[in-house]
Amino acid sequence: MIVVVDYGRGNLFSLGQAVRQLGAEPVISDDPAMLARAERIIFPGVGAFGDAMAGLRERGLVDPLRAAARAGTPILGICVGCQLLLTRGEEFGLHEGLDLISGTVARLPDPQADDPDGARIPNVGWRPLDVREAAPMVGVLQPDDWMYFVHSYAPMVDDENDIAATTRINGADIPVAIARGSIVGVQFHPEKSGPAGLRLLARFLETENGS
Amino acid sequence: MPAPRLIARLDIKGPNVIKGIHLEGLRIVGQPGPMARRYYDDGVDEIIYMDTVASLYGRNNILPVVEDAARDIFVPLTVGGGIRSIDDIVAALRAGADKVAINTAAIARPDFLREAAQTFGSQCIVLSVEAKRRGEDRWEALTDNGRERTGVDVLNWVAEAERLGAGEILVTSVDAEGTRRGFDHDLFRAVRASVRVPVIGSGGAGEAADVVAAVVDDDLDAVACASLFHYEQCPPQTLKAHMAEAGIPVRPEAAA
Repeated sequence: MIVVVDYGRGNLFSLGQAVRQLGAEPVISDDPAMLARAERIIFPGVGAFGDAMAGLRERGLVDPLRAAARAGTPILGICVGCQLLLTRGEEFGLHEGLDLISGTVARLPDPQADDPDGARIPNVGWRPLDVREAAPMVGVLQPDDWMYFVHSYAPMVDDENDIAATTRINGADIPVAIARGSIVGVQFHPEKSGPAGLRLLARFLETENGS
Repeated sequence: MPAPRLIARLDIKGPNVIKGIHLEGLRIVGQPGPMARRYYDDGVDEIIYMDTVASLYGRNNILPVVEDAARDIFVPLTVGGGIRSIDDIVAALRAGADKVAINTAAIARPDFLREAAQTFGSQCIVLSVEAKRRGEDRWEALTDNGRERTGVDVLNWVAEAERLGAGEILVTSVDAEGTRRGFDHDLFRAVRASVRVPVIGSGGAGEAADVVAAVVDDDLDAVACASLFHYEQCPPQTLKAHMAEAGIPVRPEAAA
């Protein structure tokens, strides 16, 4: 059973459709019991970090998500879902995250005043990924895939080894795919990234442990 | 910079995609489902659906069109035309939209932008501006698909909208719209200089060079094309090839 976590923070229609397009029938749910039974969990999210975390708390989903992670259930966090995997977030004040991968969700660097190629924040649009060769989820990510981003914050993990892919924004290599064990997070939107995004989702659904 | 986005704009009236000139004199050019799929397969980066009569009739009949698209089109979808309330936005997002474009309701009550951005996040809220030239560097914002005057100055308005929380600006030149005689580049540059959020230019592209200029010279983040694609004058992949030749990064065609 594939569970898409519904905590009132996102457009789940497209994500559900993407999973269906790949031949699976997702269960879109906010039921903690469903998370305990899930074989794979997709954890989306849009909006602000603190508000999204509040949405999880209201529905009693924080401990069930942590328990599923401990049990080794493959989890794919998307956008704010990816950010919530980290220890803390700095958007609109400091907020506690799920702390499944240690790190801080921090604001993207602003462009240098004299940089003609400077990227405006929020970062909206398509970018190629720099996939790390030794990355834990190299089977899920592929170099040369372009993905769709819309964000102002990024998952700055503490341990370099948790970085699966980066993209270069305003002179810095920003982590945009992270992974530790069976937990994977992507800052971009695979469900909005055309055929390349669907391939990534397919690999997450197919691989033995999701990574 | 992320790759500048190439957006297909579908102006919808009832069950049809229509195209006008100066947002008027509408003519049916096709059906939204097949057209959107063709553009998706051909590599457009986003799709904007604009309900051209929603403000006039005070109703939304575009959502079934969006819901149909969201079944098998996996790029960002924006819905505009007749978005007047938080409930309208909820309905659009439920139908599979990622963003909504707001014009008339925001001019009537600017705080609606703030409420929408606070509820759904700025990334979800696009301010749509229909700009009519009123002087050398002056444009007036029109509403109701170019039918109503407002007296509102476009450049002041886009800056105010950004402050209220709009995450992107979609600027359409009413003067150039549908003419295929080229963009109003003065307008694009003036709007670009007035805000920091991404700007999408629309209205008047007649050839690839217009799009290249909007991205390179006017520094726009995205361009929304209608006639260029509808009349198959310059399909998305052809346009992307021209952009790549001009040294603009473009998302490569991804095999399904």
